[in-house]
Amino acid sequence: MEKSLLAPGHRACAGCAMPTTIKLVLDAAGPNTIVASPTGCLEVTTTPFPESAWCVPWIHSLFENPAAVASGVELMVKRRGHDTNVIVIGGDGSTFDIGMGSNSGMFERGHKILYVCYDNEAYMNTGVQRSGSTPFCANTTTTPWGKESLGNPRPKKDMPAIAIAHRVPYVATASIAYPVDLRRKVKRALQVNGPSYIQVNAPCITGWTFEAGIMVEISRLAVETGLWPLVEWVNGEVTEVKKIRMLKPVDEYLKTQGRYRHLFKRPDGAAILKQIQDMADANIAKYQLVD
Amino acid sequence: MEVKAGKLVDPCSTRITKTGAWRTFVPVVHHEKCIKCSLCEIYCPEGCIHQVEGLFVPDLDYCKGCSVCAHECPRKAIEMVLEEK
Repeated sequence: MEKSLLAPGHRACAGCAMPTTIKLVLDAAGPNTIVASPTGCLEVTTTPFPESAWCVPWIHSLFENPAAVASGVELMVKRRGHDTNVIVIGGDGSTFDIGMGSNSGMFERGHKILYVCYDNEAYMNTGVQRSGSTPFCANTTTTPWGKESLGNPRPKKDMPAIAIAHRVPYVATASIAYPVDLRRKVKRALQVNGPSYIQVNAPCITGWTFEAGIMVEISRLAVETGLWPLVEWVNGEVTEVKKIRMLKPVDEYLKTQGRYRHLFKRPDGAAILKQIQDMADANIAKYQLVD
Repeated sequence: MEVKAGKLVDPCSTRITKTGAWRTFVPVVHHEKCIKCSLCEIYCPEGCIHQVEGLFVPDLDYCKGCSVCAHECPRKAIEMVLEEK
């Protein structure tokens, strides 16, 4: 008998946050669950043919269509009168960019599906290319820093706001550093009679380049600096916010990662750090993260 | 020509691959310091540290030695030791 619904022996990098995310989501959802996934690290590392790490039914079709596949699965589950959870677990490349069309359709048609995005903020599987989720001034292979560049020139796409604009009844952000919070959000989302969207901060040891073992700490720092606010929206209204007890400057989060190393090397980096601090301050003010 | 779409494989079947061979550092649990908070079990990306007869024991067949458990242990009860074979 497996203790977790994701078996060991998968090929994710040592110290990857994605399997921990899957474990926590499946823990909360239980065995009566069907999962659809897009292409990505998750698909490649958990299902190297002819093996599968999944202990629940799992289906992969294409990069762009897990939400469409799950929509069909959900309709069949409904038609047969079953009460089975239908979940999509995908990375940010699929969720924010490539699968946006089918995500939009799934949200808008109102399927009873939980969409979980493990957000590692770039296309990690193919070699750390920039995605719509890559934050401002992060170094990726397609936005390298150099004489003329400070890394990714654009801020991160606000995917929760896009989900809310589709009138998705339950939207939340979560972090692997807050497992109790994440599991509670998954349970709540599965009770919603309609679509739900949870975006989980999932540090990538290869793409973000950090020391082994600190992935949970990095994710915690993202929350404690205000760069990753933990928020719940029900019917478009903010219903719950995780307050920050010990607010930290964004430098503490940024300096743990190689993708921001240039900001601490270049003389003009200080101005950028100030801009990123302003982004965190805007989050803190918007969601009243500090009492 | 018959086209067969998709392929089914057995659930939990990655168990046949012992990823423990990836490891450089091995977690050693000092059970006397352990307060059984189970944070190591929650955070372990492999899902390979569980309670065995009341003690948290990593399954070295699968442990990749990522040291997340050692780093997150609030009592520093897990030590990463260079593994020599």
